[in-house]
Amino acid sequence: MNNKSKNFLKGIKDTSPLMIPVVPFGIIFGVLAIDLGLTPMTTIAMSVIIFGGASQIIFLQLFSAGASSLVILSSVGAVNSRHLLYGTVLSEHLSDLNLTWKIIVSYFLVDQAFAVSNNHFNKNKKDKDKYFHLIGGGLNCWTIWQVTTIIGIYLGSIIPEKLGLTFAIPLTFLALLVNDFRKLINVIVIIVSGTIATLGYQIIPFKAYVIAAASMGLLVAFILTKFMKKNYE
Amino acid sequence: MSNLALIIYCGLITFLTRFTMIAVLKKEMFNDRIREVLSYVPSAIFPAIIFPAIFLDNSGIIQLEDNPKILAAIIAMSVGIFSRNVLATIFSGLASYWAIIFI
Repeated sequence: MNNKSKNFLKGIKDTSPLMIPVVPFGIIFGVLAIDLGLTPMTTIAMSVIIFGGASQIIFLQLFSAGASSLVILSSVGAVNSRHLLYGTVLSEHLSDLNLTWKIIVSYFLVDQAFAVSNNHFNKNKKDKDKYFHLIGGGLNCWTIWQVTTIIGIYLGSIIPEKLGLTFAIPLTFLALLVNDFRKLINVIVIIVSGTIATLGYQIIPFKAYVIAAASMGLLVAFILTKFMKKNYE
Repeated sequence: MSNLALIIYCGLITFLTRFTMIAVLKKEMFNDRIREVLSYVPSAIFPAIIFPAIFLDNSGIIQLEDNPKILAAIIAMSVGIFSRNVLATIFSGLASYWAIIFI
């Protein structure tokens, strides 16, 4: 087996445990999309073209609330801003790749693949084929995401609306924050952002409450991290 | 804008946030300070989705009484804090929500 395949398979293996929560997430997305009246083809198109769980669910949330295209686009952009950080962290390992490979790698740069490949890259700095680890991990996520979307589409026509499955949206995002609940600055940022979004929901025009709340949250993080650092210095 | 066009634009934005830094970054553009603040991005964005979905009713009015989602979210959060398990958090929240509304 050549080195590229080895990296590729290692990527699949490393991301596999992280795929367990992706399964219900993908199914929930498919169910919700059908619930909200999207066609199966549009739903699949979303999973292939956007390929980002948080982006797709926020899209549905705002779409069903009647938000404008501009608000949906900017909110998806805001949710995705974390990828800028992933790219920043990984760029030192990927700077030698040509443009085509950079495009391919970028398409597969999802949370789970980033998490494991970042570790792998740091341990194998000299391996020039190490980027295949990210492609293997990303492709694993991609396959699970498409399959579970399709399962969700089928279940969407069976599952009754009374179950209140839309409640799974805040729960899923809550679950993505489990590691942050124990850190003081994170908790303050969470409360600030959540409160502004709730109170601003009716007041802030164009359903821009997500971006408004996130910006305030980041500003608070900026101030608190500066303040706390000064205390320790 | 048609739904498909909107999806394509959203896909493009998602792709560009993943691609931009890999494509153009010079290491010195991002110092530790910016990196540190950016690490709070999930904590700043996700609550803006979570809180309104729990505390607001279908018409966008704040609903604090007779709201099963609040208790279910607190249970899910407690499970999340202790287990640090994504699946356990989601399912404990859903299960308690169903227990409250159906029993």
